[in-house]
Parts: sequence; C-alpha cells; structure tokens
Amino acid sequence: MPWLTVVIFLPLVGIPVLALWTRASDAQARMVALVVALATFLVALGVLGAFDPSVAGYQLVEHAEWLPSAGLSYLVGVDGFNIWLVVLTAFMTPVAIASSWGVSHRVRLFMALTLLLETAIVGSFLALDLLLFFVFFEAILVPMFLVIGMWGSARRVYASLKFFLYTMAGSAFLLLAIVYLWFQTSQQLAHASFDIRQVERLSLATTTQRWLFLAFFIAFAVKVPIFPLHTWLPDAHTEAPTNGSIVLAALLLKAGPYGLLRFNLDLFPEASRYFADAIGILAVVGIVYGALVAMMQTDVKRLVAYSSVSHMGFVILGIFTFTMQGTSGAVMQMVNHGLSTGLLFFVIGVLYERTHTRDLSEMGGLATVTPWIAVAFLVATLSSIGLPGLNNFVGEFLVILGSFGADRVLGALAVTGVVLAAIYMLWAYQRAFQGPGAERHRGLVDLLPREVAVVVPVVAVMLVLGVFPNLVLDRINPSSAGVVAWVRSVDVDQAGLPGGLRAQLPPPDDADVSAVAEGGP
Amino acid sequence: MPTPPVDLGPVLPELILVGVGVVLLLVGVAVRRATPTTLVLFSLGGVAAAAAATLQLWDWDAAPTVLADAIATDRFGVVVRLILLGVAAIGLVLGHHYFERSGEGKAEFYPLMLFATAGMMLFAVSADLVTAFLALEILSLSLYVLTGFSTRLGSVEGAMKYFLLGSFSSAFFLFGIAMAYGASGSTRLPAIADALAGRTGSVALAVTAMGLLAVGFAFKVSAVPFHMWTPDVYQGAPTAVTGFMSAGTKVAAFAAFMRVFNISFQPITWDWQPIVWALAAVSIVAGSVLAIAQTDIKRLLAYSSISHAGFVLLGLTAAGEDGIGAALFYLVAYAATVIGAFGVVMVVSARGERHTSLSAYAGLARRSPVAAGLLTLFLLSLAGIPPTAGFVAKVAVFRAATEAGYWFLVLIGVLASVVAAFVYLRVIVLMFMREPEEDTRPDESWLPRVALAVPAVLVVVFGVFPGLIVGFLERAAVLRW
Repeated sequence: MPWLTVVIFLPLVGIPVLALWTRASDAQARMVALVVALATFLVALGVLGAFDPSVAGYQLVEHAEWLPSAGLSYLVGVDGFNIWLVVLTAFMTPVAIASSWGVSHRVRLFMALTLLLETAIVGSFLALDLLLFFVFFEAILVPMFLVIGMWGSARRVYASLKFFLYTMAGSAFLLLAIVYLWFQTSQQLAHASFDIRQVERLSLATTTQRWLFLAFFIAFAVKVPIFPLHTWLPDAHTEAPTNGSIVLAALLLKAGPYGLLRFNLDLFPEASRYFADAIGILAVVGIVYGALVAMMQTDVKRLVAYSSVSHMGFVILGIFTFTMQGTSGAVMQMVNHGLSTGLLFFVIGVLYERTHTRDLSEMGGLATVTPWIAVAFLVATLSSIGLPGLNNFVGEFLVILGSFGADRVLGALAVTGVVLAAIYMLWAYQRAFQGPGAERHRGLVDLLPREVAVVVPVVAVMLVLGVFPNLVLDRINPSSAGVVAWVRSVDVDQAGLPGGLRAQLPPPDDADVSAVAEGGP
Repeated sequence: MPTPPVDLGPVLPELILVGVGVVLLLVGVAVRRATPTTLVLFSLGGVAAAAAATLQLWDWDAAPTVLADAIATDRFGVVVRLILLGVAAIGLVLGHHYFERSGEGKAEFYPLMLFATAGMMLFAVSADLVTAFLALEILSLSLYVLTGFSTRLGSVEGAMKYFLLGSFSSAFFLFGIAMAYGASGSTRLPAIADALAGRTGSVALAVTAMGLLAVGFAFKVSAVPFHMWTPDVYQGAPTAVTGFMSAGTKVAAFAAFMRVFNISFQPITWDWQPIVWALAAVSIVAGSVLAIAQTDIKRLLAYSSISHAGFVLLGLTAAGEDGIGAALFYLVAYAATVIGAFGVVMVVSARGERHTSLSAYAGLARRSPVAAGLLTLFLLSLAGIPPTAGFVAKVAVFRAATEAGYWFLVLIGVLASVVAAFVYLRVIVLMFMREPEEDTRPDESWLPRVALAVPAVLVVVFGVFPGLIVGFLERAAVLRW
C-alpha cells in the first residue's frame, strides 16, 4: 500500500460524504469529519511504525509520473524532519474538529474545509517535488481563508484577506525561484525536473544561490512568521474560530520552518551560511519582541498569538545554528509548540464558549468556578513556558544549547525569551483564573466529558515527550546530522564579502546531542 | 493560367458551420414553426459535425497548406478549432437560455454564432494574410451584431463602440498587410518568411508591417494600450455573448498571432520579442491594477481578461514550440474558466442584466450555494491557485518565459498575480462572508447548470491531471509550413 499517499488523501474521503449527505444533522457532520480524521491518524501511526530510525535519507518514497514532459512528478517521502510533523498534523486535526462542536452554522462546509486543510498540510510536509510542494502549500490558503473569514469573530474579513495576501505575496517569489531552478535542471542535468534530489545536484553561482535563497526565505518567513513579516499572525489567530486558531498555530506555522529546513538548507548551503547571522538576529528579535508584546495583551488569544511569534523564533534560531542540538531541537520545538499552543487555543475556545469574552480583564477567579478548565490551561501554560518534565523544555533547551555553541550573544538573548514567557503566561493565568471575579462567572459549566477526552490525550503526549524525548529525537537525529554535515561542508564564499561568524565553526560532533538527550531533564 | 488544385478537406469544418448557418437563417424565415429548441439543436449538431470533420484532420499528412497556400493543415489548427468548437457549443446553450429567458430571442442568433465561430476558426488556420483579414472580418462583423443583439441601451452602445474601434484596428491590420506585401512581394506567410530570411525583402518595411499587424492583434486580444473597448463591450453585450466572445476571440486571435509571428516574422524574431514583452508587461500590470476599482462583475472580468492577455503574451515571448505549447495550454484553461465565469454571472443576473453589480453577489453562498461554489472555482482558476487549470497554465507560461530568459517579466507576472488575487478574493468575500443586500434569487434552471458543469470539470481535471491534454498540445505546438 502507498501509505503516504493514503495519509495525504484519506481526509478527502470525507468531503463527498459531507457534500452529498445534505440532510446530515450538525452532529452527524461532525462525526463524519471526526471519524475520517481519526482514521487518518491511525494510518499516520502506521507510517510512524514503518519508519526506520536508523536511516538518514528519505524513506517510504512513492513516485509517480505526473507530467513527465515537464519533469513534474508526484513524489512523496519521509525523513526525520517531516515524520513527526505528519503525525502531529494527524493528531491535532481531530482535536481541532472536536474544538468546533460549538460551530452551529454551515457545519458541513466547515468540516469539509477542515479535512481539506489536513490534506493540504500533510501534502506539503511530504512532498519531495518542488512544484508538488508548492501546489499543496498554496492549496492551504483557500480553505484557511474561508475558515477565518466565514466563522471568525468581528474583524474576520480583514484578518482573512490579510492572511491570504501576505502568504500569497511571499509564495509568489517562491514560485519564481522554483521555475528558475527547473530551468537550471533543464540546462545542467539530463532531464528537466522539480525533484529535490535532482535539484540539489545543481551547481549554482554564489550570487544566484543567494537570490534564490532569499526568494525561498521570504515565502517561508511569512509563514513562520519571522519578524518583521509577522503582522498577519495576531490578526489571523485572534479572529479565527478556535478550530482555525488550532490549525494555524499548531500546524500551519510549521510549514515555514519546515520549508527552510527542507529546501533552503538543502538546496542553498552556501547562502544559508552567508545569511545565518542576519537570520539569527531576526530570530532573536522575534523571540524578545514577541514576548514583550505578548505581555502587553489583554486579549488572551492575541497573547497566545504573540507568544507563537516568540516561540517560532526559537525554531528559526535553532535551524540556523547548523549544530546537531540546534537542528534537532528546532524540529522537536515545532512538534512541542504544536501540542502546547494547540491545547492553549483549545482551552481558550472552551472558555470562550462559556464566558463569551477573550478579554483577560473580564475574567478572573475562574479557577474556583471551573477548576478543571483551570488545570488544563495551567498544564498548557507550564508546557509553553518550558517547565522541565513537559515537552517544550527539551526543544528549547537544545536550541539554546546549540545557539550558545554558535554565537554566545544570541544564545544569551534568546534565554530572556524563556524568562519573559514565564512572566506573560503565568500572569495571564493569574488574571484569568485567580483573584476576584468568581461571582460574575457563577454557574459556568466545567469541562464536559467530550472536552476531557480531548485534553487528556494531548496532556499525556506532552508528558511522554517531556520525559522520554528520545522517542522523538532518535528519529530526528540522523536527518539533522545529515543536513548539518552538508551545510558545514560548504564554506562561505569569501570573495570580496565578509564571511559570517559561523564560518569558523568547528566540525559537528555527533556525540553531543544524544548525550544531552540521555542526560534528560 | 493554371488553376490551383481544390482540396476542400481542410476547410470542411468551416464549410459545415457556414452551411448549417445559412440553412438555419433560411429556416428561421421560412418555417414559422421552427422553435428555438430546434434551432439550438441543429446548431449543436452542426458544431458536432464540424468537430468530427476537424478530428479527421489530425492525421493529415498531405500538403502543409492547401487552396493556393491560403489554409494551413497543421495539428495546431486542429487543436485550436476544437477549443473554439467547445466554446461555441457552450456559448450556444448559454445564449439560447439567455434569450429565451429575456424574451429577446431571435432566430438569427444561432446562425450568427456559427458564422462567428467559422470566422474564428478560419482566422486560426489562415496561411495567407488576405485570408486572415477575411476571417477577421467574418468573426468581427458577427460579433458586432451579437453584441448589439439585446435592445438594452448598453448593448447597442457597446456594439457601436466595438464596431468603430474594431474597424479602426482592421484598418491597421490591412495597412500592415500592405506593408508586408511591400516588404516581400507576397501575402503568403511562408513566402514573407523566405523573403525576409533571404534578405530579398526590405527589413524596414517588414518591421513596420509587423508593428501594424501587432496593433491589429493586440486590439483583438485586448492587450494594453489597445484595450479601451473591452470593459464597455463586455459590460454592454448580453452576458452569454460576452462569455463566448471573451473566450473565442482570444483563442482565435492568439492562434493567428502565433502563426503570423512565428512563421512570417520568424527571421526578425529579435525585433518583435521586445514588442511582445512590452505589451505583456503593461497588460498584466494595468489589467490587474485597474480591476481593483471595478464595481461591476462584468467590467471586473473584462479587466481580468486584459491581464490574462498579458499572461498569454508572456508565454509568446518564448518564440517557437515552447512558447506555443505554453500559450495553447493557457488558452484552453482560460477559455474554460472565463466562459464558466460569465455563465455564472448570467445565472446570477437572472432576467435581463440588472444584477451585475458586485453588491448583487453579497451573500450569494447562502442564496445559491451551487452558483457561489462554481464562481469561486472559476475565480480561483483565474487567480492561478492550485489545483486548478489556471495554476498549471501560469506555471507553463512562466516556464516558457524563463527559458527564453525573460525572468524579469515573470517577476512582474507573479507580483501582479498577487494583486489580481485580491480582486478575485473580494468577490469570494462578498459571496461567502457578507449578508445578502438584495433579495434576488438566481436563475434556478437546469440548462445553464449542465452547460457550466463542463467547464467546471475541465478546470479541475486539467488542474489535477494536466497530462491528459498536454501530450496533444505538445504535438500540436509545431506550425507546419
């Protein structure tokens, strides 16, 4: 069985059912989507089982001609970078569907769009053909645009348009670069091709490589988002319905760093090293700026949105250290951020359904009324701020370790992000759940069994990943080692241009990351 | 004087269409009881017969040109004719429904559509500039009348404007033919190329001829700065005719454009490429930007068609097979998309043309989910969002232009696509995210929906499995002469 293809397209099975079953009640429509999403998750687990952790390259590769004359092929495969993102997507989509039990208008369309999103996101994680990747990457936009614009809150149309246009403007450059690379393959290789394994064999002039790097970078930087291209994110996250926020924060943002890791580092190693310092600085600015702005928010969704800017800064910082710890930590952090932010948005959604406010100043004292919601929020908060024993700690720790190895100043500045995160998240918890105000919220319902059924598995996974990070790291490390060695094998072209600090890095040491991971938190 | 051998096989499709058209014209006058349904069925039968005759020509291996070198017999012509016949079939059904609904039905509509289609097809296969001019006039005159077919003031005004400006551009075209004759001593496309290649002709005259012919073509494909007529005519014409015209004229005129420039002016490719480059750049940018300010869906689609003309030209900057193949795919995708889009506009505007302002689209998803869904699909294809045919088409022309070294033009193209996406998204926002302002019900009849299912399916299928037709188009991308 072509399992990867099944994972990608299985969610689509639900769409004709939802489209044709016009008399389905809202509950039935939700069940259809949930069943399909859970089935997809099972298949994703099967793929995880079939994944061989000892192999560094692409596995389970499936290849089919799509448009042979143009060198376009359907090519999918997994390695250490995308295997966990696929599992994460398949895991969080049922959560997102369960979070939208409160959606009551046009439920069938809503569910169909959620499933469509899952296909597009998983497809963009798995595609190894540049144009196929672009197709999935762009296909994310329309369903997300509709989800935000149709089911979001007051300023939803503005937010959805902003999201779409920002992302599309970024990917316009990506398309240009992909077409240019295709043209180069037609010149240099036997066949024109979009296959990443062929494209990486190209020899490109230094200047060309740097321009292409920037074209790819802009597309992914918008998605991550990297400061200063982040302004669409607070609007989109805040205005989106809970389901949309979960998909955006937990899954969509991961397409950006994944693209950088998969394409920028692999295809343009020289340019990656050349721009590493500048990107490292942007990442740290994002970490600190996102944290500071998050502190000032009174809208709890906006707060979590800015915290995402900060957390994604860690991911970018880790990727561009070109160390084992940094790279593996970044991938780990992507998964962790997906889990913790996903849970945060879920709990915020649960809360909003009851209080109908996102304003922290209108909350307060909720812990006495709804203790279990408070517990769930607290766990997500502690995970988000990197409490040892929960998942986020490992990723952030590895990234900081890696960045110290590469550049002490950036590493030191990044640490402030962890401290600030503790401040804004715990303060938010305090304002929402403690203090006076409980009498205003008397009579609110605590977590329902349906919601418990969502929270418990997510928390369980967080604990498992916090205590046994090697489960994940062992599968990431071979790929990290591969890409780190590849990027370091190339020197920055010094001709007339000042080389980056990273040019003087020592060769990678494969032993270091496993030592850290085994030492454990 | 020896008479040339007469081989009517290669013009059989056009003869069938004109023949059926003439018969229908007579029937409409003589047989009082001929209902519109009979007429449309006969017309569709004629289109089907012409398509069958066209298919016979796929394996034509005799002379590359027949009838005193006036008609080309290549596969390029076959494919373009098939596209045009498809457009005509959908146009006939939509037009039939439109005029039955508005009560303005006249028997002349069907023959005029057939004549216009025959003219378009002939334009695409002309291997002689004089034949091309005749074909151009056949198609133009039919379209002038069709534009003014409704009694609304806008329709008549549009027809008048189209006629005056169209005659003007025909004059340019004719003058270009004269110059070409002066440069080479012939109006046959291959002979002009030979004269230019052999340096027996005057290059200065040839460049003048090329420029004048470019003006004529640019007018017909509505490229900036020869686009002024487009918004008014598209808005004024009955919506079904607009759909037929925007798809058909563009396909036919681009086919002739490619043939003339890649054959006759092949020796001076270096001279015409910058012109096509400039036309492409300004059309893409102006079309996308001006569309933002539109408040009427038909005008919006008119400006969109201007920018799409620019994208086809972008593909044409790559002279030769690559450019032709890319442009052909673009034309197929565009024809399916645009006739579908105007079809939905026709459905939404219900009787007459009252509801074509954008505000009529507010909340359409609630009033008519099918119409809103179809229009969304077509708009996404126009915007070039995967997985629609419009996306594959854009990648194809970008590839062709990159290969020709015009990556800066591609950059303009991708950036303008973002601007254009905003235009189309605005309509989608209206349909899905706003409350209805007017309580109008779209046309619920089954006929236009069936007719629109065809382009909708094509847009998706060609977007997901472009391989299904790319093989044909690539084999058709060679001009024989």
